Amino acid sequence: MTRDRIARTSLYVILVAGLLVVVGPFLWMLLSSFKTEAEIRSVPPTWWPSTWSLANYRDLFDRLDFPQYFANSAIVAVLVTLGNLLFCSLLGYALAKLDFPGRRALFLTVLGMLMVPGMVTFVPQFVLVSNMGLANSYAGLVLPFLAGPFGVFLMRQFLLAIPDDLIEAARVDGAGEWRIFWRVVLPLCKPALATLGILTFLSSWNNFLWPLVVATTDDKYTLPVALALYAIGQNRIYYGLLLAGAVVVVVPVLIVFLALQRHFMRGIATTGLK
Amino acid sequence: MTAVVSAPPSAEPAVAGPRRRRRRYTGWAFAAPFTVLFLVFALLPVVASLVMSVTDMRATDLRTPFAVNFVGLDNYTRLFSDDLFVRSAVNTLVFVVVGVPLTIVAAMAAANGLNSGLIRFRTMFRVGFYLPVVTSIVAIAVIWRFLLDPEAGLVNNLLAQIGITGPNWLGDTRTSLASIIVMAAWRNFGSLMVIFLAALQGIPNDLYEAARLDGAGRWAQFRRITLPLMRPALLFGAVITGIGYLQLFEEPLVMTQGGPLSSTLSVSYHIYNQFGFGNYGYAAAASYVLFVAIVALSVLQFRLLGNRDD
Repeated sequence: MTRDRIARTSLYVILVAGLLVVVGPFLWMLLSSFKTEAEIRSVPPTWWPSTWSLANYRDLFDRLDFPQYFANSAIVAVLVTLGNLLFCSLLGYALAKLDFPGRRALFLTVLGMLMVPGMVTFVPQFVLVSNMGLANSYAGLVLPFLAGPFGVFLMRQFLLAIPDDLIEAARVDGAGEWRIFWRVVLPLCKPALATLGILTFLSSWNNFLWPLVVATTDDKYTLPVALALYAIGQNRIYYGLLLAGAVVVVVPVLIVFLALQRHFMRGIATTGLK
Repeated sequence: MTAVVSAPPSAEPAVAGPRRRRRRYTGWAFAAPFTVLFLVFALLPVVASLVMSVTDMRATDLRTPFAVNFVGLDNYTRLFSDDLFVRSAVNTLVFVVVGVPLTIVAAMAAANGLNSGLIRFRTMFRVGFYLPVVTSIVAIAVIWRFLLDPEAGLVNNLLAQIGITGPNWLGDTRTSLASIIVMAAWRNFGSLMVIFLAALQGIPNDLYEAARLDGAGRWAQFRRITLPLMRPALLFGAVITGIGYLQLFEEPLVMTQGGPLSSTLSVSYHIYNQFGFGNYGYAAAASYVLFVAIVALSVLQFRLLGNRDD
Protein backbone atom coordinates (compact mmCIF):
# COMPACT_ATOMS: atom_id res chain seq x y z
CA MET A 1 0.00 0.00 0.00
CA THR A 2 2.83 2.43 0.72
CA ARG A 3 4.23 1.61 -2.70
CA ASP A 4 0.93 2.67 -4.16
CA ARG A 5 1.04 5.88 -2.19
CA ILE A 6 4.53 6.66 -3.46
CA ALA A 7 3.45 5.93 -7.02
CA ARG A 8 0.41 8.14 -6.63
CA THR A 9 2.37 11.02 -5.09
CA SER A 10 5.10 10.96 -7.73
CA LEU A 11 2.49 10.82 -10.46
CA TYR A 12 0.78 13.90 -9.04
CA VAL A 13 4.10 15.71 -8.80
CA ILE A 14 4.92 14.94 -12.44
CA LEU A 15 1.46 15.87 -13.71
CA VAL A 16 1.30 19.10 -11.71
CA ALA A 17 4.78 20.01 -12.96
CA GLY A 18 3.60 19.31 -16.51
CA LEU A 19 0.51 21.43 -15.96
CA LEU A 20 2.66 24.32 -14.71
CA VAL A 21 4.86 24.10 -17.80
CA VAL A 22 1.81 24.15 -20.07
CA VAL A 23 -0.50 26.58 -18.27
CA GLY A 24 2.16 28.69 -16.51
CA PRO A 25 3.03 30.71 -19.63
CA PHE A 26 -0.64 31.62 -20.07
CA LEU A 27 -0.89 32.82 -16.48
CA TRP A 28 2.28 34.82 -16.90
CA MET A 29 0.84 36.39 -20.04
CA LEU A 30 -2.37 37.34 -18.26
CA LEU A 31 -0.63 38.77 -15.18
CA SER A 32 2.05 40.56 -17.19
CA SER A 33 -0.51 42.25 -19.42
CA PHE A 34 -1.52 44.28 -16.35
CA LYS A 35 2.04 45.38 -15.57
CA THR A 36 3.75 48.55 -16.72
CA GLU A 37 6.32 48.18 -19.52
CA ALA A 38 9.06 48.98 -16.98
CA GLU A 39 7.95 46.22 -14.63
CA ILE A 40 7.68 43.76 -17.52
CA ARG A 41 11.32 44.40 -18.34
CA SER A 42 12.54 44.34 -14.75
CA VAL A 43 15.15 41.73 -13.80
CA PRO A 44 14.38 39.46 -12.03
CA PRO A 45 10.82 39.33 -13.37
CA THR A 46 7.85 39.54 -11.04
CA TRP A 47 4.89 37.18 -11.05
CA TRP A 48 2.29 39.39 -9.43
CA PRO A 49 1.98 42.94 -10.81
CA SER A 50 3.24 45.43 -8.20
CA THR A 51 0.73 47.96 -9.51
CA TRP A 52 -2.21 46.86 -11.62
CA SER A 53 -2.40 48.97 -14.73
CA LEU A 54 -4.82 48.97 -17.64
CA ALA A 55 -2.48 51.12 -19.71
CA ASN A 56 -1.60 48.28 -22.09
CA TYR A 57 -5.25 47.65 -22.90
CA ARG A 58 -5.94 51.37 -23.29
CA ASP A 59 -2.98 51.66 -25.68
CA LEU A 60 -4.23 48.66 -27.60
CA PHE A 61 -7.54 50.29 -28.29
CA ASP A 62 -6.09 53.77 -28.84
CA ARG A 63 -3.29 52.86 -31.20
CA LEU A 64 -4.91 49.96 -33.01
CA ASP A 65 -8.49 49.52 -34.11
CA PHE A 66 -9.06 46.38 -32.08
CA PRO A 67 -12.89 46.46 -32.05
CA GLN A 68 -12.77 46.41 -35.87
CA TYR A 69 -10.33 43.44 -35.94
CA PHE A 70 -12.44 41.65 -33.39
CA ALA A 71 -15.57 42.16 -35.49
CA ASN A 72 -13.74 41.00 -38.65
CA SER A 73 -12.54 37.83 -36.93
CA ALA A 74 -16.05 37.14 -35.66
CA ILE A 75 -17.77 37.79 -39.02
CA VAL A 76 -15.34 35.55 -40.92
CA ALA A 77 -15.47 32.78 -38.33
CA VAL A 78 -19.28 32.77 -38.16
CA LEU A 79 -19.69 32.66 -41.95
CA VAL A 80 -17.07 29.92 -42.35
CA THR A 81 -18.68 27.89 -39.58
CA LEU A 82 -22.22 28.21 -40.98
CA GLY A 83 -20.98 27.27 -44.44
CA ASN A 84 -19.18 24.18 -43.23
CA LEU A 85 -22.12 23.04 -41.11
CA LEU A 86 -24.45 23.26 -44.09
CA PHE A 87 -22.26 22.03 -46.96
CA CYS A 88 -20.47 19.29 -45.01
CA SER A 89 -23.66 17.83 -43.56
CA LEU A 90 -25.30 17.85 -47.02
CA LEU A 91 -22.40 15.98 -48.59
CA GLY A 92 -21.81 13.82 -45.53
CA TYR A 93 -25.44 12.68 -45.70
CA ALA A 94 -25.22 11.96 -49.42
CA LEU A 95 -22.02 9.95 -48.94
CA ALA A 96 -23.34 7.97 -45.99
CA LYS A 97 -26.96 7.33 -46.93
CA LEU A 98 -27.64 7.99 -50.60
CA ASP A 99 -26.49 5.93 -53.53
CA PHE A 100 -25.27 7.88 -56.53
CA PRO A 101 -22.74 7.33 -59.28
CA GLY A 102 -19.28 8.63 -58.42
CA ARG A 103 -19.93 8.48 -54.70
CA ARG A 104 -16.80 6.56 -53.82
CA ALA A 105 -14.55 8.58 -56.12
CA LEU A 106 -15.91 11.82 -54.66
CA PHE A 107 -15.30 10.66 -51.10
CA LEU A 108 -11.75 9.53 -51.83
CA THR A 109 -10.95 12.80 -53.60
CA VAL A 110 -12.24 14.87 -50.70
CA LEU A 111 -10.39 12.67 -48.21
CA GLY A 112 -7.17 12.83 -50.25
CA MET A 113 -7.29 16.61 -49.93
CA LEU A 114 -6.44 16.20 -46.25
CA MET A 115 -2.93 15.15 -47.31
CA VAL A 116 -2.31 18.11 -49.59
CA PRO A 117 -0.14 20.71 -47.88
CA GLY A 118 -1.65 24.17 -47.61
CA MET A 119 1.25 25.63 -49.59
CA VAL A 120 0.20 23.69 -52.73
CA THR A 121 -3.15 25.47 -52.96
CA PHE A 122 -2.00 28.73 -51.44
CA VAL A 123 -0.54 30.48 -54.51
CA PRO A 124 -3.25 29.44 -57.04
CA GLN A 125 -5.94 30.35 -54.51
CA PHE A 126 -4.42 33.78 -54.23
CA VAL A 127 -4.29 34.15 -58.04
CA LEU A 128 -7.90 32.96 -58.25
CA VAL A 129 -9.27 35.21 -55.53
CA SER A 130 -7.37 38.22 -56.93
CA ASN A 131 -8.79 37.63 -60.41
CA MET A 132 -12.29 37.27 -59.01
CA GLY A 133 -11.79 40.76 -57.62
CA LEU A 134 -12.16 39.47 -54.08
CA ALA A 135 -8.81 40.48 -52.62
CA ASN A 136 -9.24 42.42 -49.40
CA SER A 137 -12.93 41.50 -49.06
CA TYR A 138 -14.90 39.35 -46.65
CA ALA A 139 -15.82 37.06 -49.56
CA GLY A 140 -12.15 36.56 -50.30
CA LEU A 141 -11.47 35.73 -46.67
CA VAL A 142 -14.38 33.30 -46.38
CA LEU A 143 -14.91 31.52 -49.72
CA PRO A 144 -11.82 29.25 -49.78
CA PHE A 145 -12.75 27.85 -46.35
CA LEU A 146 -16.47 27.22 -46.80
CA ALA A 147 -16.09 23.59 -47.85
CA GLY A 148 -13.52 21.77 -45.75
CA PRO A 149 -12.76 18.06 -46.25
CA PHE A 150 -12.47 17.51 -42.50
CA GLY A 151 -16.14 18.34 -41.94
CA VAL A 152 -17.26 15.92 -44.65
CA PHE A 153 -15.25 13.15 -43.06
CA LEU A 154 -16.67 13.88 -39.61
CA MET A 155 -20.30 14.11 -40.75
CA ARG A 156 -20.06 10.99 -42.92
CA GLN A 157 -18.55 8.93 -40.09
CA PHE A 158 -21.27 10.09 -37.74
CA LEU A 159 -24.10 9.47 -40.20
CA LEU A 160 -22.90 5.97 -41.05
CA ALA A 161 -23.71 5.01 -37.47
CA ILE A 162 -27.33 6.21 -37.74
CA PRO A 163 -29.69 3.34 -38.65
CA ASP A 164 -31.19 3.44 -42.14
CA ASP A 165 -34.59 2.45 -40.71
CA LEU A 166 -35.22 5.95 -39.40
CA ILE A 167 -34.70 7.44 -42.83
CA GLU A 168 -36.58 4.61 -44.59
CA ALA A 169 -39.53 5.09 -42.23
CA ALA A 170 -39.73 8.76 -43.15
CA ARG A 171 -39.53 7.84 -46.83
CA VAL A 172 -42.35 5.33 -46.47
CA ASP A 173 -44.40 8.08 -44.83
CA GLY A 174 -43.97 9.98 -48.07
CA ALA A 175 -41.58 12.66 -46.87
CA GLY A 176 -39.43 14.25 -49.58
CA GLU A 177 -35.64 13.87 -49.46
CA TRP A 178 -35.12 17.50 -48.58
CA ARG A 179 -37.66 17.31 -45.77
CA ILE A 180 -36.10 14.10 -44.47
CA PHE A 181 -32.74 15.82 -44.34
CA TRP A 182 -34.01 18.84 -42.39
CA ARG A 183 -36.54 17.12 -40.13
CA VAL A 184 -34.95 13.72 -39.49
CA VAL A 185 -31.25 13.71 -40.32
CA LEU A 186 -30.07 17.08 -39.05
CA PRO A 187 -31.72 16.80 -35.61
CA LEU A 188 -30.01 13.43 -35.17
CA CYS A 189 -26.68 15.01 -36.06
CA LYS A 190 -26.68 17.59 -33.30
CA PRO A 191 -23.65 16.18 -31.45
CA ALA A 192 -21.57 15.97 -34.63
CA LEU A 193 -22.71 19.43 -35.71
CA ALA A 194 -21.69 20.82 -32.33
CA THR A 195 -18.24 19.29 -32.64
CA LEU A 196 -17.80 20.45 -36.22
CA GLY A 197 -19.09 23.92 -35.42
CA ILE A 198 -16.71 24.45 -32.54
CA LEU A 199 -13.67 23.07 -34.32
CA THR A 200 -14.37 25.10 -37.46
CA PHE A 201 -15.03 28.30 -35.56
CA LEU A 202 -11.79 27.85 -33.69
CA SER A 203 -9.61 27.12 -36.68
CA SER A 204 -11.12 30.08 -38.51
CA TRP A 205 -10.63 32.37 -35.51
CA ASN A 206 -6.99 31.29 -35.28
CA ASN A 207 -6.39 31.20 -39.04
CA PHE A 208 -3.43 33.32 -39.86
CA LEU A 209 -1.68 32.92 -43.20
CA TRP A 210 -4.60 33.49 -45.56
CA PRO A 211 -5.95 36.66 -43.93
CA LEU A 212 -2.36 37.91 -43.64
CA VAL A 213 -2.06 37.78 -47.43
CA VAL A 214 -5.62 38.60 -48.52
CA ALA A 215 -6.47 41.39 -46.06
CA THR A 216 -4.38 44.30 -47.20
CA THR A 217 -5.96 47.22 -45.41
CA ASP A 218 -6.57 47.89 -41.77
CA ASP A 219 -10.37 47.59 -42.00
CA LYS A 220 -10.17 43.92 -43.09
CA TYR A 221 -7.50 42.67 -40.67
CA THR A 222 -8.46 39.84 -38.37
CA LEU A 223 -7.14 39.74 -34.80
CA PRO A 224 -4.18 37.39 -35.40
CA VAL A 225 -3.12 39.39 -38.46
CA ALA A 226 -3.21 42.69 -36.61
CA LEU A 227 -1.30 41.22 -33.70
CA ALA A 228 1.28 39.57 -35.94
CA LEU A 229 1.86 42.68 -38.05
CA TYR A 230 2.37 44.60 -34.89
CA ALA A 231 4.70 41.97 -33.42
CA ILE A 232 6.74 41.04 -36.48
CA GLY A 233 9.42 43.37 -37.68
CA GLN A 234 9.27 45.80 -34.81
CA ASN A 235 12.74 46.80 -33.72
CA ARG A 236 11.67 47.71 -30.24
CA ILE A 237 9.15 45.24 -28.89
CA TYR A 238 6.49 46.60 -26.55
CA TYR A 239 5.74 43.42 -24.67
CA GLY A 240 2.97 45.01 -22.64
CA LEU A 241 0.97 45.92 -25.71
CA LEU A 242 1.60 42.56 -27.38
CA LEU A 243 0.64 40.61 -24.27
CA ALA A 244 -2.57 42.57 -23.90
CA GLY A 245 -3.29 41.86 -27.57
CA ALA A 246 -2.60 38.17 -27.04
CA VAL A 247 -5.05 38.15 -24.12
CA VAL A 248 -7.74 39.69 -26.34
CA VAL A 249 -7.11 36.98 -28.96
CA VAL A 250 -7.01 34.09 -26.49
CA VAL A 251 -9.77 34.88 -24.00
CA PRO A 252 -12.82 34.46 -26.29
CA VAL A 253 -11.47 31.12 -27.46
CA LEU A 254 -10.72 30.11 -23.92
CA ILE A 255 -14.29 30.81 -22.82
CA VAL A 256 -15.76 28.86 -25.72
CA PHE A 257 -13.33 26.02 -25.10
CA LEU A 258 -13.95 25.74 -21.37
CA ALA A 259 -17.70 25.86 -21.85
CA LEU A 260 -17.75 23.23 -24.58
CA GLN A 261 -14.61 21.16 -23.94
CA ARG A 262 -16.53 17.88 -24.00
CA HIS A 263 -17.39 18.40 -27.66
CA PHE A 264 -13.76 19.13 -28.45
CA MET A 265 -12.49 16.00 -26.81
CA ARG A 266 -15.10 13.85 -28.53
CA GLY A 267 -14.38 15.40 -31.90
CA ILE A 268 -10.66 14.82 -31.62
CA ALA A 269 -10.99 11.33 -30.22
CA THR A 270 -13.37 10.17 -32.96
CA THR A 271 -11.73 11.76 -35.96
CA GLY A 272 -8.20 12.28 -34.75
CA LEU A 273 -8.04 15.69 -36.33
CA LYS A 274 -8.19 19.12 -34.91
CA MET B 1 -45.56 -0.31 -68.68
CA THR B 2 -46.25 -3.40 -70.74
CA ALA B 3 -43.41 -5.19 -68.99
CA VAL B 4 -45.14 -4.69 -65.68
CA VAL B 5 -48.38 -6.17 -66.96
CA SER B 6 -46.95 -9.15 -68.84
CA ALA B 7 -44.25 -10.16 -66.35
CA PRO B 8 -45.33 -9.78 -62.75
CA PRO B 9 -42.02 -11.12 -61.27
CA SER B 10 -40.14 -8.08 -62.63
CA ALA B 11 -42.63 -5.66 -61.14
CA GLU B 12 -40.32 -4.86 -58.29
CA PRO B 13 -37.34 -3.69 -60.39
CA ALA B 14 -39.73 -1.71 -62.55
CA VAL B 15 -40.85 0.18 -59.48
CA ALA B 16 -37.35 0.45 -58.01
CA GLY B 17 -35.86 1.65 -61.31
CA PRO B 18 -37.31 5.15 -61.42
CA ARG B 19 -36.98 5.42 -57.67
CA ARG B 20 -33.32 4.54 -57.81
CA ARG B 21 -32.84 7.00 -60.62
CA ARG B 22 -34.57 9.66 -58.56
CA ARG B 23 -32.30 8.78 -55.63
CA ARG B 24 -29.32 9.29 -57.93
CA TYR B 25 -30.27 12.85 -58.71
CA THR B 26 -31.01 13.40 -55.05
CA GLY B 27 -27.52 12.21 -54.12
CA TRP B 28 -25.88 14.66 -56.47
CA ALA B 29 -28.26 17.44 -55.45
CA PHE B 30 -27.07 17.02 -51.86
CA ALA B 31 -23.45 16.70 -52.92
CA ALA B 32 -23.47 19.60 -55.40
CA PRO B 33 -23.02 22.69 -53.19
CA PHE B 34 -19.93 21.31 -51.46
CA THR B 35 -18.58 19.79 -54.65
CA VAL B 36 -18.78 23.05 -56.60
CA LEU B 37 -16.93 24.98 -53.89
CA PHE B 38 -14.46 22.14 -53.51
CA LEU B 39 -13.77 22.03 -57.26
CA VAL B 40 -13.19 25.76 -57.52
CA PHE B 41 -11.26 26.44 -54.31
CA ALA B 42 -9.43 23.16 -53.67
CA LEU B 43 -9.16 20.84 -56.65
CA LEU B 44 -8.61 23.54 -59.28
CA PRO B 45 -5.78 25.11 -57.21
CA VAL B 46 -4.14 21.68 -56.75
CA VAL B 47 -4.09 21.15 -60.51
CA ALA B 48 -3.19 24.78 -61.19
CA SER B 49 -0.25 24.49 -58.85
CA LEU B 50 1.10 21.52 -60.79
CA VAL B 51 0.69 23.41 -64.06
CA MET B 52 2.26 26.57 -62.62
CA SER B 53 5.25 24.55 -61.46
CA VAL B 54 6.30 23.91 -65.08
CA THR B 55 5.92 27.54 -66.11
CA ASP B 56 7.83 30.74 -65.44
CA MET B 57 4.81 32.44 -63.87
CA ARG B 58 5.59 35.48 -61.77
CA ALA B 59 3.57 38.01 -59.80
CA THR B 60 3.49 40.27 -62.88
CA ASP B 61 1.41 37.56 -64.62
CA LEU B 62 -1.21 37.70 -61.87
CA ARG B 63 -3.88 39.20 -64.15
CA THR B 64 -2.91 37.11 -67.18
CA PRO B 65 -2.20 33.68 -65.71
CA PHE B 66 -2.47 31.94 -69.08
CA ALA B 67 0.13 34.06 -70.86
CA VAL B 68 3.15 32.32 -69.35
CA ASN B 69 5.91 30.18 -70.84
CA PHE B 70 6.36 26.46 -70.43
CA VAL B 71 9.76 25.76 -68.89
CA GLY B 72 9.59 22.02 -68.31
CA LEU B 73 11.27 20.83 -65.15
CA ASP B 74 13.52 23.88 -64.84
CA ASN B 75 11.93 24.99 -61.57
CA TYR B 76 12.49 21.56 -60.06
CA THR B 77 16.14 21.32 -61.09
CA ARG B 78 16.74 24.86 -59.87
CA LEU B 79 15.27 23.94 -56.50
CA PHE B 80 17.92 21.38 -55.73
CA SER B 81 20.75 23.74 -56.58
CA ASP B 82 19.16 26.46 -54.44
CA ASP B 83 21.19 26.54 -51.23
CA LEU B 84 18.33 28.11 -49.29
CA PHE B 85 15.90 25.41 -50.37
CA VAL B 86 18.35 22.68 -49.37
CA ARG B 87 18.91 24.43 -46.07
CA SER B 88 15.18 24.70 -45.46
CA ALA B 89 14.72 21.02 -46.34
CA VAL B 90 17.39 20.00 -43.83
CA ASN B 91 15.85 22.21 -41.13
CA THR B 92 12.40 20.77 -41.80
CA LEU B 93 13.74 17.23 -41.68
CA VAL B 94 15.45 17.87 -38.35
CA PHE B 95 12.24 19.41 -37.05
CA VAL B 96 10.24 16.33 -38.06
CA VAL B 97 12.75 13.70 -36.96
CA VAL B 98 13.20 15.25 -33.51
CA GLY B 99 9.81 16.89 -33.07
CA VAL B 100 7.49 13.99 -33.91
CA PRO B 101 8.99 11.51 -31.39
CA LEU B 102 9.22 14.24 -28.75
CA THR B 103 5.55 15.13 -29.19
CA ILE B 104 4.49 11.49 -29.13
CA VAL B 105 6.47 10.73 -25.98
CA ALA B 106 5.02 13.76 -24.18
CA ALA B 107 1.50 12.81 -25.28
CA MET B 108 1.98 9.17 -24.23
CA ALA B 109 3.30 10.21 -20.83
CA ALA B 110 0.39 12.56 -20.24
CA ALA B 111 -2.21 10.07 -21.48
CA ASN B 112 -0.85 7.20 -19.38
CA GLY B 113 -0.53 9.40 -16.32
CA LEU B 114 -4.14 10.53 -16.62
CA ASN B 115 -5.39 7.04 -17.39
CA SER B 116 -3.69 5.31 -14.46
CA GLY B 117 -6.80 5.54 -12.31
CA LEU B 118 -4.84 7.13 -9.49
CA ILE B 119 -5.62 10.65 -10.45
CA ARG B 120 -8.43 12.95 -9.47
CA PHE B 121 -9.13 16.22 -11.30
CA ARG B 122 -8.60 14.42 -14.59
CA THR B 123 -10.70 16.95 -16.50
CA MET B 124 -8.62 19.80 -15.13
CA PHE B 125 -5.37 18.22 -16.29
CA ARG B 126 -6.83 17.26 -19.65
CA VAL B 127 -8.19 20.74 -20.32
CA GLY B 128 -4.92 22.31 -19.16
CA PHE B 129 -2.77 20.15 -21.41
CA TYR B 130 -5.08 20.83 -24.31
CA LEU B 131 -5.09 24.61 -23.87
CA PRO B 132 -2.17 25.42 -26.24
CA VAL B 133 -3.86 23.45 -29.04
CA VAL B 134 -6.79 25.86 -29.16
CA THR B 135 -4.70 28.99 -28.87
CA SER B 136 -3.78 31.19 -31.82
CA ILE B 137 -0.18 30.65 -32.91
CA VAL B 138 0.33 34.40 -32.93
CA ALA B 139 -0.62 34.67 -29.27
CA ILE B 140 1.60 31.70 -28.46
CA ALA B 141 4.49 33.30 -30.31
CA VAL B 142 4.03 36.49 -28.30
CA ILE B 143 4.06 34.52 -25.06
CA TRP B 144 7.10 32.43 -26.01
CA ARG B 145 9.14 35.35 -27.29
CA PHE B 146 8.53 36.93 -23.94
CA LEU B 147 9.40 33.72 -22.04
CA LEU B 148 12.60 33.24 -24.05
CA ASP B 149 13.70 36.88 -23.99
CA PRO B 150 17.41 36.71 -23.03
CA GLU B 151 17.09 39.41 -20.32
CA ALA B 152 13.51 39.81 -19.18
CA GLY B 153 12.39 36.27 -19.99
CA LEU B 154 11.19 33.83 -17.37
CA VAL B 155 13.28 30.92 -18.67
CA ASN B 156 16.67 32.56 -18.37
CA ASN B 157 15.78 34.11 -15.01
CA LEU B 158 14.84 30.70 -13.65
CA LEU B 159 18.13 29.31 -15.01
CA ALA B 160 20.00 32.20 -13.39
CA GLN B 161 18.64 31.17 -10.00
CA ILE B 162 20.49 27.87 -10.30
CA GLY B 163 23.58 29.62 -11.60
CA ILE B 164 23.26 28.99 -15.32
CA THR B 165 23.53 31.80 -17.86
CA GLY B 166 20.90 30.99 -20.44
CA PRO B 167 21.60 31.58 -24.12
CA ASN B 168 19.78 33.96 -26.42
CA TRP B 169 17.43 31.12 -27.33
CA LEU B 170 15.87 32.49 -30.51
CA GLY B 171 18.78 34.69 -31.50
CA ASP B 172 21.53 32.06 -31.52
CA THR B 173 21.87 29.66 -34.45
CA ARG B 174 22.76 26.82 -32.06
CA THR B 175 19.51 27.04 -30.06
CA SER B 176 16.95 28.63 -32.40
CA LEU B 177 15.70 25.47 -34.13
CA ALA B 178 15.75 23.51 -30.86
CA SER B 179 13.60 26.22 -29.26
CA ILE B 180 11.09 25.99 -32.10
CA ILE B 181 10.99 22.20 -31.77
CA VAL B 182 10.30 22.31 -28.04
CA MET B 183 7.68 24.98 -28.53
CA ALA B 184 5.92 22.95 -31.22
CA ALA B 185 5.89 19.84 -29.01
CA TRP B 186 4.54 21.95 -26.14
CA ARG B 187 1.83 23.31 -28.39
CA ASN B 188 0.75 20.08 -30.07
CA PHE B 189 1.07 17.20 -27.63
CA GLY B 190 -2.38 17.93 -26.18
CA SER B 191 -4.30 16.78 -29.23
CA LEU B 192 -2.33 13.52 -29.45
CA MET B 193 -2.93 13.02 -25.74
CA VAL B 194 -6.68 13.04 -26.32
CA ILE B 195 -6.35 10.47 -29.12
CA PHE B 196 -4.12 8.27 -26.96
CA LEU B 197 -6.48 8.57 -23.98
CA ALA B 198 -9.33 7.31 -26.13
CA ALA B 199 -7.18 4.39 -27.27
CA LEU B 200 -6.08 3.58 -23.70
CA GLN B 201 -9.67 3.49 -22.53
CA GLY B 202 -10.34 0.85 -25.18
CA ILE B 203 -7.87 -1.59 -23.62
CA PRO B 204 -9.75 -4.11 -21.45
CA ASN B 205 -8.85 -3.92 -17.77
CA ASP B 206 -8.79 -7.74 -17.48
CA LEU B 207 -5.52 -7.82 -19.39
CA TYR B 208 -3.80 -5.73 -16.74
CA GLU B 209 -5.35 -7.73 -13.92
CA ALA B 210 -4.17 -10.99 -15.45
CA ALA B 211 -0.68 -9.53 -15.90
CA ARG B 212 -0.65 -8.34 -12.28
CA LEU B 213 -1.61 -11.82 -11.09
CA ASP B 214 1.33 -13.12 -13.10
CA GLY B 215 3.52 -10.68 -11.17
CA ALA B 216 4.17 -8.20 -13.96
CA GLY B 217 5.28 -4.75 -12.78
CA ARG B 218 4.02 -1.46 -14.13
CA TRP B 219 6.80 -1.17 -16.70
CA ALA B 220 6.30 -4.74 -17.92
CA GLN B 221 2.55 -4.10 -18.21
CA PHE B 222 3.24 -0.96 -20.22
CA ARG B 223 5.67 -2.72 -22.57
CA ARG B 224 3.76 -5.97 -23.02
CA ILE B 225 0.16 -4.75 -23.04
CA THR B 226 -0.18 -1.01 -23.49
CA LEU B 227 2.38 -0.45 -26.24
CA PRO B 228 1.31 -3.31 -28.54
CA LEU B 229 -2.38 -2.48 -28.20
CA MET B 230 -1.70 1.21 -28.76
CA ARG B 231 0.09 0.57 -32.03
CA PRO B 232 -2.76 1.71 -34.32
CA ALA B 233 -3.22 4.91 -32.30
CA LEU B 234 0.53 5.52 -32.25
CA LEU B 235 0.76 5.00 -36.00
CA PHE B 236 -2.14 7.36 -36.55
CA GLY B 237 -0.58 9.93 -34.23
CA ALA B 238 2.80 9.66 -35.95
CA VAL B 239 1.26 10.09 -39.40
CA ILE B 240 -0.89 13.13 -38.63
CA THR B 241 1.88 14.77 -36.59
CA GLY B 242 4.36 14.06 -39.39
CA ILE B 243 2.04 15.58 -41.99
CA GLY B 244 1.59 18.65 -39.81
CA TYR B 245 5.26 19.05 -38.89
CA LEU B 246 6.50 18.73 -42.47
CA GLN B 247 4.48 21.87 -43.13
CA LEU B 248 6.22 23.82 -40.37
CA PHE B 249 5.59 27.46 -41.10
CA GLU B 250 3.76 29.62 -38.63
CA GLU B 251 6.11 29.05 -35.70
CA PRO B 252 9.25 30.36 -37.43
CA LEU B 253 7.27 33.08 -39.21
CA VAL B 254 6.08 34.64 -35.99
CA MET B 255 9.00 33.67 -33.72
CA THR B 256 12.18 34.13 -35.74
CA GLN B 257 11.24 35.12 -39.31
CA GLY B 258 13.33 32.12 -40.36
CA GLY B 259 16.50 33.46 -38.75
CA PRO B 260 19.05 33.84 -37.43
CA LEU B 261 21.01 33.05 -40.63
CA SER B 262 18.20 30.85 -41.99
CA SER B 263 18.62 28.43 -39.08
CA THR B 264 14.83 28.16 -38.68
CA LEU B 265 13.84 28.55 -42.34
CA SER B 266 11.42 25.73 -43.23
CA VAL B 267 10.31 24.51 -46.66
CA SER B 268 6.86 26.08 -46.32
CA TYR B 269 8.46 29.33 -45.19
CA HIS B 270 10.80 29.26 -48.19
CA ILE B 271 7.78 28.75 -50.47
CA TYR B 272 6.01 31.65 -48.78
CA ASN B 273 9.08 33.85 -49.31
CA GLN B 274 9.31 32.87 -52.98
CA PHE B 275 5.63 33.76 -53.32
CA GLY B 276 6.43 37.10 -51.69
CA PHE B 277 9.27 37.69 -54.20
CA GLY B 278 6.73 37.00 -56.96
CA ASN B 279 8.25 33.69 -58.14
CA TYR B 280 4.94 31.87 -58.42
CA GLY B 281 6.10 29.02 -60.70
CA TYR B 282 9.11 28.33 -58.53
CA ALA B 283 7.02 28.41 -55.34
CA ALA B 284 4.53 25.97 -56.89
CA ALA B 285 7.34 23.54 -57.78
CA ALA B 286 8.65 23.67 -54.22
CA SER B 287 5.15 23.03 -52.86
CA TYR B 288 4.86 19.89 -54.99
CA VAL B 289 8.18 18.62 -53.67
CA LEU B 290 6.74 19.11 -50.18
CA PHE B 291 3.59 17.26 -51.20
CA VAL B 292 5.63 14.29 -52.43
CA ALA B 293 7.63 14.33 -49.18
CA ILE B 294 4.40 14.20 -47.15
CA VAL B 295 3.08 11.22 -49.10
CA ALA B 296 6.47 9.49 -48.82
CA LEU B 297 6.70 10.04 -45.07
CA SER B 298 3.17 8.71 -44.54
CA VAL B 299 3.94 5.58 -46.57
CA LEU B 300 7.22 5.09 -44.69
CA GLN B 301 5.50 5.36 -41.33
CA PHE B 302 2.86 2.83 -42.34
CA ARG B 303 5.69 0.47 -43.32
CA LEU B 304 7.66 1.01 -40.12
CA LEU B 305 4.87 1.17 -37.57
CA GLY B 306 2.13 -0.72 -39.36
CA ASN B 307 1.08 -4.26 -38.63
CA ARG B 308 4.18 -6.41 -38.57
CA ASP B 309 2.28 -9.64 -38.35
CA ASP B 310 1.30 -9.84 -41.98
